[in-house]
Amino acid sequence: MSPRIGEVWVYLAASPLLGLTLTLLAYQGAVLVSNRCSGHPLANPVLLAVTALVTVLWITGTPYRTYFDGAQFVHFLLGPATVALAIPLYAQLGRLKRMAVPLLMALLAGSLSAAISAVLIGHLLGASDATVLSLAPKSVTTPIAMGIAERIGGLPSLTAVLVIITGILGAIGARGLYTLLRIDDPAVRGFALGTASHGIGTARAFQVSEQAGAFAALAMGLNGLLTAVLLPWLIPPLIRWLG
Amino acid sequence: MLNAITLLLVFQLAGEAIARLFDLPVPGPVIGMALLFAALALRGGPSGELRETAQNLLQHLSLLFVPAGVGVMLHFQRMADEWLPIVIALLASTFITIAVTALLLRALTRHHQPAHTDTERQP
Repeated sequence: MSPRIGEVWVYLAASPLLGLTLTLLAYQGAVLVSNRCSGHPLANPVLLAVTALVTVLWITGTPYRTYFDGAQFVHFLLGPATVALAIPLYAQLGRLKRMAVPLLMALLAGSLSAAISAVLIGHLLGASDATVLSLAPKSVTTPIAMGIAERIGGLPSLTAVLVIITGILGAIGARGLYTLLRIDDPAVRGFALGTASHGIGTARAFQVSEQAGAFAALAMGLNGLLTAVLLPWLIPPLIRWLG
Repeated sequence: MLNAITLLLVFQLAGEAIARLFDLPVPGPVIGMALLFAALALRGGPSGELRETAQNLLQHLSLLFVPAGVGVMLHFQRMADEWLPIVIALLASTFITIAVTALLLRALTRHHQPAHTDTERQP
């Protein structure tokens, strides 16, 4: 590296522009690869973009803080995007009213199973409290999960990663599980996948059928709301009780 | 588009203010989402502009997770130390959640369906 290029790098590496631009480039590249693999659940755009960015930052020795100074402009949009989830949710208002009672009961059971099973299994297998608290909101969409993790004392950035892994696991495994349990109603399939695996599960459900997708979107929105209300009251006492 | 973005930010701001004011455990943007949902129900649906902006924003929802996801680099040590409980907890919990939700919903809608959905039955 000539001294001149070295100077340019030092300047760019310290400016927010680099982190922001790298994020957008990595994401566009990841979407391209994901489309090439015809949307295979393993070729998840978030997973690909994160892997690429971590590799670049690691090779160049750039600290996460420096990167985030630029990437925070993208991160900020999670807030308004969460608010915007009200619009697809509203589109399901008719169905929601018709099947309200069974949907809400299944949602409550699913929401509690997701948090309690993750906390219990993590704790029993010896994970630290910070990890267990970060696992608790793993089934809801990232902006909400990160907010919950922050509230209950988990690590929001760890939760973000666990949420993404959960989404991919559900999207890959749901079909086999449904065959095993002989569940074939697309509304039921979609709703359960959206409850367990948020946006990534919802995207997967839309690939299978329109109806499954709509119910998954509904479940994702409702579970985000319900989990945000339940966990801050449920999880800290549960952790104290487990010791 | 500017109107719609302003509206989303206003609802987020209201949500944040309410969360802080009443010391609620729910994240501000989630309260903003609930408020917007209520407003849409009262008003009878979103404007075309709001629907379009929301669609554009949510279409690239995956992008918004990337900066937080890169934060995994802060947790490499933890992931290396605790990979077994993490992997098993995520796998088992995800499948337990899908199974519980699906089995309960199927059981409940079997009782409900004949009562009030003749026209919209699944083939």
